[in-house]
Amino acid sequence: MSHYREGAPITDTRAPDGPLETRWERRRFDARLVNPANRRKLKVIVVGTGLAGGSAAATLGELGYQVTSFCYQDSPRRAHSIAAQGGINAAKNYRGDGDSVHRLFHDTVKGGDFRSRESNVHRLAEVSTQIIDQCVAQGVPFAREYGGLLDTRSFGGAQVSRTFYARGQTGQQLLLGAYQALARQIHAGTVRSHPRTEMLDLIVDGGRARGVVVRDLVTGEISSHLADAVVLATGGYGNVFHLSTNAKGCNTTAIWRAHKRGAYLANPCFTQIHPTCIPVSGDHQSKLTLMSESLRNDGRVWVPQQAGDPRAPGDIPEDERDYYLERLYPGFGNLVPRDIASRAAKAVCDAGRGVGPGGLGVYLDFADAITRLGRAAVEAKYGNLFEMYQRITDEDPYAVPMRIYPAVHYTMGGLWVDYDLRSTIPGLFVIGEANFSDHGANRLGASALMQGLADGYFVLPAVIGDYLADGPFGEVSAESVDEAEDSVRAVVAALLAVDGDRTAESFHRELGKLMWDLCGMERGDEGLRTALARIPELRSEFWRRVKVTGSGDRLNQELEKAGRVADFLELAELMCVDALHRTESCGGHFRVESQTAEGDARRDDDAFSYVAAWEHTPAGPVLHREDLVFETVKPTVRSYR
Amino acid sequence: MALKSVPARPPESRTTVGRLWSSTVGKKAVMAVSGAVLLLYVVAHMVGNLKAFAGQESIDGYSAFLREFGQPILPHGGLLWIVRTALLVAVAAHMTAAIQLARRARRARPAGYERRPKVQGSYAARTMRWGGVIIALFVVYHLLDLTAGVLNPHGVQGEVHSNIVADFQRWYVVLAYTVAVVALGFHLRHGIYSGLRSLGVASAARAKAVKATALGVSVAITAGFLSVPFAVLFGIVR
Amino acid sequence: MNYTLRVWRQDGPAAEGRLVDYEVDGITPDMSFLEALDLLNERLVLDGEEPVAFDHDCREGICGMCGLMIDGVAHGPQRATTTCQLHMRSFDPAHPVVVEPWRAHPFPVVRDLVVDRSALDRIVEAGGYISAPTGSAPEAHAVPVPKPDADEAFESAACIGCGACVAACPNGSASLFTAAKVTHLGLLPQGQPERTSRARDMAQAQDDLGFGGCTQTGECTAVCPKGIPLETISRMNRDVLGGLLRSR
Ligand SMILES: Cc1cc2nc3c(=O)[nH]c(=O)nc-3n(C[C@H](O)[C@H](O)[C@H](O)COP(=O)(O)OP(=O)(O)OC[C@H]3O[C@@H](n4cnc5c(N)ncnc54)[C@H](O)[C@@H]3O)c2cc1C
Ligand code: HEM
Ligand code: HEM
Ligand code: SF4
Ligand code: F3S
Ligand code: FES
Repeated sequence: MSHYREGAPITDTRAPDGPLETRWERRRFDARLVNPANRRKLKVIVVGTGLAGGSAAATLGELGYQVTSFCYQDSPRRAHSIAAQGGINAAKNYRGDGDSVHRLFHDTVKGGDFRSRESNVHRLAEVSTQIIDQCVAQGVPFAREYGGLLDTRSFGGAQVSRTFYARGQTGQQLLLGAYQALARQIHAGTVRSHPRTEMLDLIVDGGRARGVVVRDLVTGEISSHLADAVVLATGGYGNVFHLSTNAKGCNTTAIWRAHKRGAYLANPCFTQIHPTCIPVSGDHQSKLTLMSESLRNDGRVWVPQQAGDPRAPGDIPEDERDYYLERLYPGFGNLVPRDIASRAAKAVCDAGRGVGPGGLGVYLDFADAITRLGRAAVEAKYGNLFEMYQRITDEDPYAVPMRIYPAVHYTMGGLWVDYDLRSTIPGLFVIGEANFSDHGANRLGASALMQGLADGYFVLPAVIGDYLADGPFGEVSAESVDEAEDSVRAVVAALLAVDGDRTAESFHRELGKLMWDLCGMERGDEGLRTALARIPELRSEFWRRVKVTGSGDRLNQELEKAGRVADFLELAELMCVDALHRTESCGGHFRVESQTAEGDARRDDDAFSYVAAWEHTPAGPVLHREDLVFETVKPTVRSYR
Repeated sequence: MALKSVPARPPESRTTVGRLWSSTVGKKAVMAVSGAVLLLYVVAHMVGNLKAFAGQESIDGYSAFLREFGQPILPHGGLLWIVRTALLVAVAAHMTAAIQLARRARRARPAGYERRPKVQGSYAARTMRWGGVIIALFVVYHLLDLTAGVLNPHGVQGEVHSNIVADFQRWYVVLAYTVAVVALGFHLRHGIYSGLRSLGVASAARAKAVKATALGVSVAITAGFLSVPFAVLFGIVR
Repeated sequence: MNYTLRVWRQDGPAAEGRLVDYEVDGITPDMSFLEALDLLNERLVLDGEEPVAFDHDCREGICGMCGLMIDGVAHGPQRATTTCQLHMRSFDPAHPVVVEPWRAHPFPVVRDLVVDRSALDRIVEAGGYISAPTGSAPEAHAVPVPKPDADEAFESAACIGCGACVAACPNGSASLFTAAKVTHLGLLPQGQPERTSRARDMAQAQDDLGFGGCTQTGECTAVCPKGIPLETISRMNRDVLGGLLRSR
């Protein structure tokens, strides 16, 4: 039985042709402009205040558009981007170590396992340098060297040092920069900010995205906001796995509802599993904590050679340890990309050599670094991460090696957008982690922050004018608004009406386990089919048995949670359909059926060199392929050995 | 959620003092400056009191000297009145600001916590307001006692030495003075530290030095003041 | 293990609130404090009751969303730790744990343990930024920043905006929060042109929103999960006074 139908391929991505290096410049020149007087008459809604949404709203406000901004947290400053630790890439080549725009472009295409668009990635690499300038001007306190110049470090998947950082709190500092720029516009009156407000539907009228239906999380009021364009910057959906490194509130609701209104969702199965997270400690676990990848710069990953070795790590002599990453990938050693490091960890644990509770962990050892650099230097670099580790595990990582295990971290999939960040619904733009664009099948470390800010500060503001030049788009019909509002009210009422005997959390936990087991680090035909059978059952059980107490007319966190779980239950199915149809392995998507003798991923460029863009129809998902063309970087086997 | 914005404020004052007074930070600066004036007075007063150890002529002569200072350019008691005026202005500013800030603080934290938090910061800081009240009450009593003489068993203006000796032979007067002077010590210890911060002159590097200075000054003042009543009580000064 | 959680329940901003005792068993030492509340909430829901509302998001100590007054101490007994990073091993099951919302006039209770902290956003909006419109930036290396300044700026920039300082301050003052931002931006060369006006405007917003003034009590820095030093307030006062002494 096929779980989907084929639709027409996507042929136009609006990317200019001609030399790769000048495409972005030409696009900016070709884009129509809106004169400042008209900008004041045009309204733009930006949902999300993370790096992407915050920077976009601030910049659009500076340009003079009337911007309305939403986020579900109590302040725009708390968007999930705040949690990013490691750093942000930029092709500044301050080290003179051979970095360049072209190299960053090249690394990103290769890192994405040749499943991203060359035009987009090149633009991202070009814009990267401006991001650093912008952030420094805003006062982002990046790490500096004694001479007062910016410091950089190297990150997984790169052999140059191009990652700018602010201790282990890079995301926080970048987000606060964007938040402050946003605050300035709120003060200036160009942006109206609505925190604690959740987008629950998209209003489409006359074929264009014209607004959103939102629920005020404090008063429960459901209302509509109308505009000439809508920008979604609502982040990733990794929480479909229940346990992930994402913040608890991260959800798929905004993009899923937009998908149901006609926006295609691309490559939903591409999820990134991060190798360095603190292992699960029990059933009560509510989320997983990431230990920055930068730790792999100085920490060495190992497991005992002997399966089930009961000794304490310190008692295991050097020659009975297996530094498996250094052994298998001598070129990159501990700095191999995330997908490879994660799967390698899983492999050694599956072989019974894992450490800690349940054997689900490997050591990340700083003993050598402490001897080499001194404790003070290690503390200066990683102090806050070590502290965080100690808080959670009650173990001192200066004395005993950390235990780490992979966890879901990032979703490369998202709403499909063209070169101009337009979704398939005219007037709906998607930026940041919410779109699928630049990372292909695997994202390199420190590239999400780069993409979010590139989209928000530079790309969207440059291309949105071309669409808005046709506006203002006139009145929105009352029917479209009422229909969207009614459907939101119906969902809220339905959730409150079930009054069953299971919590939303219990469904989320069950769904997450199912997805982790069957659509996680490794996916196989049989498992995916099992998942596809089980998810609809779980969904119908949800609608029969979920229990949401309280009412809809005030702060009701149980209701919020249930709404998000309901959407995850739908998205999960599409993820499995996508994973099942892509029978190759690539990047974060590892199909057990498609591997080399050494257990590495085997891509199938002849059959799968395309983006899978899914359309939602009542009769089930329809696949639209966007073929990927590689003119500059020739697809090769992605080898880090 | 409904948009909340900063309430409209009255147009900004055009005078520097007006701007300072309308801001909590500015008001604290006024307190710090007035506190510094009071501190200077207290130090001078304490040093003057020590003349009691040098005998009757010394301190009575000092009192007279203060009144005759600057004659004939100043009238008799002129210096004293200049000082008194400065003190009155300083006390008025200091107390008004303290009261206004305290009321503001009460409005900002109307409800307490069920479990009373144990103090994480400094105790001296928490006693500023009560300390100030004790000092104020004391000063009223003190003026009636030693300046006006109405509450003093001897009570003759200009005969400072006899007034003092008559006073401090009674243990409860010594006790009252002790309470007030200790309160002053606490008040000054936090006051000096806090005042410097209110004016923005304390940096991280100087924090330790500032704390030590504040402690040193307040201990010296407390000891200096207390030496006289106790010396009388134990018959060292008679 | 079995704990008694004595939790503040309040239906809405205008409703009367009260403390309610809940016996929660099955708590393990490895559980975070919020996971213990999750456990309580799942049981409440199954019993048909409304769960305890509390704010949280990242659960790793960085978003600043969580924040509870636990046994009278903002963010609980462990220093330099947010509520979400607190673990049950810090608590003795023999005593009830009292959980209350932040209390300050500018932080009205929304429901149960959730308060409205948007006043902190208003303070930032009043001037807590460097005006650098997108696209106007010079090359990042054009202005070197001495490392000690950069490090000190970073230390203050680490504020997560949780509001614990306000909750702990006996005067309901937001001085530590405001001072952290004033210090972060005021130490950097980029922040100089607006240094005193920024401080003055933020301090004024703070007054207008009904926060109290600072009397250097030092409770704030003691509970601050990011250890923002008290000296920042001194620096802020200096800049504010500089701004006030000058007419606009
Ligand atoms: C622990 C961790 C560490 C990371 N470290 C790094 C790193 O070192 N380097 C790197 O490059 N990347 C890192 N990443 C990835 C990176 O942080 C994210 O991909 C990126 O920040 C996403 O930004 P965003 O603006 O797209 O979305 P987010 O920051 O997730 O923002 C989403 C916004 O949308 C709002 N929102 C969501 N749904 C709704 C709704 N329905 N209605 C209204 N508002 C809604 C939210 O309130 C929020 O404001 C890390 C990620 C994690 C989880
Ligand atoms: C000899 C008399 C006094 C001296 C030398 C003195 C000195 C000081 C000093 C130096 C400060 C620090 C100011 C600051 O923190 O910025 C201070 C604070 C204070 N004083 Fe006094 N003071 C005196 C009398 C009083 C009196 C009579 C009161 C009574 C109301 C009072 C109440 C306070 C209070 C409440 C504070 C703390 C205010 C704050 O920090 O906001 N003081 N005092
Ligand atoms: C225990 C120690 C003290 C002694 C022995 C003492 C003694 C005196 C005496 C004798 C006078 C009258 C002087 C004169 O008329 O020439 C006087 C005046 C005064 N004292 Fe004190 N004093 C003491 C502590 C204090 C303290 C702690 C304060 C303030 C907080 C204070 C404030 C004053 C003031 C304001 C006057 C009035 C000065 C004037 O004439 O205007 N004294 N004191
Ligand atoms: S200063 Fe500290 S306590 Fe206050 S908001 Fe910032 S992080 Fe929280
Ligand atoms: S506790 Fe309050 S009084 Fe000042 S030092 Fe901190 S803001
Ligand atoms: S939940 Fe983010 S800091 Fe605690």
